[in-house]
Formats: sequence, C-alpha cells, structure tokens
Amino acid sequence: MKAAVLVFPGINRERDMARTLRLVSGREPAMVWHADTELPTGTDLVVIPGGFSYGDYLRCGAIAARSPIMEAVRAYAGKGGLVLGVCNGFQILCEASLLPGVLMRNENLRFICRDVYLRVERSDTPFTRGYNAGQVVRVPVAHGEGNYIADGATIAKLEGDGRVLFRYSSPDGMIDPNWNHNGAINAIAGIVNERGNVLGMMPHPENHVEAAIGPTDGRGLFAGLVEALDRAA
Amino acid sequence: MKARVTVTLKSGILDPQGKAIEGALRTLGLAGVSSVRQGKVFDVEIEGGDRAEAEALLKQAADKLLANTVIENYRVDVLG
Repeated sequence: MKAAVLVFPGINRERDMARTLRLVSGREPAMVWHADTELPTGTDLVVIPGGFSYGDYLRCGAIAARSPIMEAVRAYAGKGGLVLGVCNGFQILCEASLLPGVLMRNENLRFICRDVYLRVERSDTPFTRGYNAGQVVRVPVAHGEGNYIADGATIAKLEGDGRVLFRYSSPDGMIDPNWNHNGAINAIAGIVNERGNVLGMMPHPENHVEAAIGPTDGRGLFAGLVEALDRAA
Repeated sequence: MKARVTVTLKSGILDPQGKAIEGALRTLGLAGVSSVRQGKVFDVEIEGGDRAEAEALLKQAADKLLANTVIENYRVDVLG
C-alpha cells in the first residue's frame, strides 16, 4: 500500500491516520500538502483525514474541497484510484462533488464524541472486505455536522445500487432512531461513489486499531484495503 | 461596485439551527413567529462598473463556492 494522507490547514486527525496506515500496512504514508498539485507517483490510496479544515468556515469542507490538491484527487479518482474520506474528509468529498449529498448539522444540534455501532452492509468492496456483511463494529465518532442528507432520487439510487456501506445501528445490528446519533437519512454513516472507489464515512475507524487503546474493530477496514491492493498488484 | 449574495436553504431541507433560533425567540416571549430559516449574506465589492458582468461573476462565485446548490438557493443583487 502506498498511501497519501492529505493535509489541510485545520485538519487534526492526520497523524492518527498516518499511524494507523503505518501499523496496518507496514509502510509510512506520504503526507501531502493541500497546495500541492500532484499526488506522489504510485499512490494507490488517498486518505482525507478528519479535523476542521479552514475552521469549518463557510461550510464544513467547502474551502478544502476547492484547494489545488483536490484537482489531482479528482483526476486520480476518475481513473479508479481508491479514496477514503473520514469525518471532515467525508464532508470534503461531498463538497468536491466526488460523493453526492451533504452533511448537515446534527439533528440534536450537539457535537457528538463517543463510540457508536455500525452495521457493515456488504463485504464485497475494497473498503469492507475485512468484514462480513451484517457484522457490527464499534468505532468512535466526533462531529457536529454528520447528519447525511440528499434528495429523494439520490437516496433511492444510493440504496438501489447498494452504495451505503455503513449504517449507525444498535449493538446487535438493528437500525433504530435511538442509535442514529446524528439523524442521518436511513442511518447512513458511509457511502461510496457510483464506481465504488471513493468512500466517505463520518466515524473514525483509524482510532480503534490497537488493543492497548481499546476495541480494534477499525482495523478490518485498513487490513481489507491492504489485501485488496496486494491482490490488484 | 457593491453587491450582495444571499444564500438560503432550499425549502424542505431541515434547518436545525433555524429551529433552535425559533425556539429561543419563543423563550423570549416573542409570540407570532411561526418559523425561522437561517441563511448567509455575502457583501462583495466588485472591480469595474458593468452590472451585467458583475452579476455573471457573482453567479459563478455562488455556484462554485458561496452556495452548495444541493441544499441552498442564492440570489445576487448588484447594489451599484
């Protein structure tokens, strides 16, 4: 795996992400500055980490989505390259129109910082091959704007195409408003683009990968990516 | 030239911030407010004096950055 982690002013989860990528893949990712116009040669995974790019000014992710490096990411994604956006990264991907929809203010207006349960909807993608379909994983969230919405036609298409990879659920995998912390439509926590090579998700799988810290449910996502890339190589 | 771009949420889009403001107005005892929707206003200074050009420029600015047209509408007013 030759990962590139994008760094924008105000991003604060890039080192967690780099640490996880190094732990799981055994290889140090490249840190790529927002003003750069090219990704390192041979990049096979672009990761947009969480944080508060540009202080969430204007709209979350809006300004980062228009930065020079995102044109390179757009071209890379257009060729089928894998892109993972977590939290602010998901917001940036939506603002860049690489994913449909918008992440609105949480329904309860609160910043939510806690562990949540996610139901993995399918395992036949490079992002979820480390899990079983229907498996429930425990990972943290930390966001004020994670309430996913899109128009009816977009939601119908996402659901019809099986592009929702993660949903907020109860510990036993039930979809229930009580466990849908931010009020997202259909409890959507993570979606992929039409081609299936760009994933955006609000939760932070990178923070649950080491037994010394707690649960390790997030590891499957990165281990699955390493496997998928090894196979492709 | 001065101009103003007003960005508002499309109807049907849930606005939790507007709802909270609405609730606070009620708490203040300001009866008669039935709904609040929060938006944004951008006051922009434009070089040159051509109104049509200014309007076209600001429409581009709104489409490309100031508004997220998935959830927001915008209005451009060139004030002269």
